[in-house]
Amino acid sequence: MATAYDITTKQAATGQDSPVPVIAVENVFKSFGSQRVLNGMSLHVKQGETLAVLGRSGTGKSVLLRLIIGLDTPDSGSIRIHGKDIAGLALDRLGEIRKKMGFLFQQAALYDSLTVAGNVAFPLEHHRREMSRSERSDRVTQLLAEVGMSGDFEKMPSDISGGMQKRVGLARALALEPEILLLDEPTAGLDPISSGEIDELILKLQRERQMASIVVTHDLHSAKTIAGRLALLNEGNVVIDGTFEDLEQSNIAFVRDFLKQS
Amino acid sequence: MSSVANAVVGLFNGFFEWFGELGIFSWRVLTAAITPPYEWRELIRQLDEVGSKSLPLVAMAGAAIGIVISLEARYSLARFGAKSMFPATLVYSVVQVMGPVITGLVVSGRVGAGMGAELASMKVTEQIDAIEASAINSYRLLAATRILACILMLPLLTLATDACALLTGWFAQSLAGPLSFHQFISSGFSGATFNAFLPQTFKTAVYGLIIGLIACFQGMRTRGGAAGVGRAATSSVVLASLFLILSDVVMVKFILVFFS
Repeated sequence: MATAYDITTKQAATGQDSPVPVIAVENVFKSFGSQRVLNGMSLHVKQGETLAVLGRSGTGKSVLLRLIIGLDTPDSGSIRIHGKDIAGLALDRLGEIRKKMGFLFQQAALYDSLTVAGNVAFPLEHHRREMSRSERSDRVTQLLAEVGMSGDFEKMPSDISGGMQKRVGLARALALEPEILLLDEPTAGLDPISSGEIDELILKLQRERQMASIVVTHDLHSAKTIAGRLALLNEGNVVIDGTFEDLEQSNIAFVRDFLKQS
Repeated sequence: MSSVANAVVGLFNGFFEWFGELGIFSWRVLTAAITPPYEWRELIRQLDEVGSKSLPLVAMAGAAIGIVISLEARYSLARFGAKSMFPATLVYSVVQVMGPVITGLVVSGRVGAGMGAELASMKVTEQIDAIEASAINSYRLLAATRILACILMLPLLTLATDACALLTGWFAQSLAGPLSFHQFISSGFSGATFNAFLPQTFKTAVYGLIIGLIACFQGMRTRGGAAGVGRAATSSVVLASLFLILSDVVMVKFILVFFS
């Protein structure tokens, strides 16, 4: 017999109007030494929704993503994925949840001893052991084609540009067909044309796959392009959470300053 | 005065914190190593990295100590009129003492520094985080395979060091006077028992554990960019060599008590 948890989890996985958000961050505090980075932050993301998290450097945007994927643990508060609190989970249990997530690191974090194709194949080799070599190769080809990297399979990460590394990182993040996509500064350090291409790519993937996504960025233009909802952080907490129009109409001084400077 | 007291307290805290973290790290590696899925492909790669690639270096080190011991022993034994003891002196000093320790220190230098730097570099470039984010246990993939490779390869490398040292030791001696290889071996190993040699050779598995564990631990806890990578490589070699020699004190006593 299905439990209430099973039902709500299934609903969360299939429906945009689910009562349980795919990602729920509740009253999270996180400090590093004496420095408090997150100060009671709460956020929710539903299936098929893209939330852009904006803010100045050092406001805890990247820390938030690291907490959501379990690379760091919150000092207090809860982080629920499909209704399940991930704090204190054993590594193997956490691994099962991580398989449903794709993470693009700020510097792409490609494995420098593997080729471009090797990087994308890496999660498949470990979690899709039932796949034959040719099936895996076909999947890698398809993923790299999706991110516009068809001709660079055998190149090493050090031989490709920053924008190309981000594309490969994105292909790797998508390898296990995640339900959740976390992108840490996907356009940081890229020229405007490459930034635009990455934005287009993220939009296309979102349309096709309907994932729950959080995009951390300080690029307001990029955030406006790819996200339906924006959350602006200051001093470890959400100042405003809404559409771009909500931000534009806000009377909060920090929001007005941020929009003016961006 | 209070600043000196604070420094001493800080030093003690750091010391116990390091051992505490090492204990937690060891437990995570152990639990990862004994539970499936097993990373056979990475283990084979590490066996090659630790074993085959260290072989030329330990062989050369063995050859060098064979010649040195041969020259020194010949002179010393001649002074006491015990030249006939040369083969046994060379065999026992190489197999029981010099071979294991020299192999351990050479591998600690080559493999310890390499592993420490490689893992530290992966840590500071977020590659280890990327492995974890891909739902892959980095303790299983990176640490357990490297430590196991060190444990398995050290005894084999020690045998290679011993063989090279005995060969060059005999060769150096045979240049000074007639001594056939057959005479050298039969005289050197006469009356020898397995207990005299096997524990000394297989204790190097513990050296392997120390080298692998320290290098992986120092590498995977690195912070602070290129400087952190450098510190991890240096501390891996220094700490692994130090603990290796300290462990030898304990193991020699243990072997003397239980295998003599």
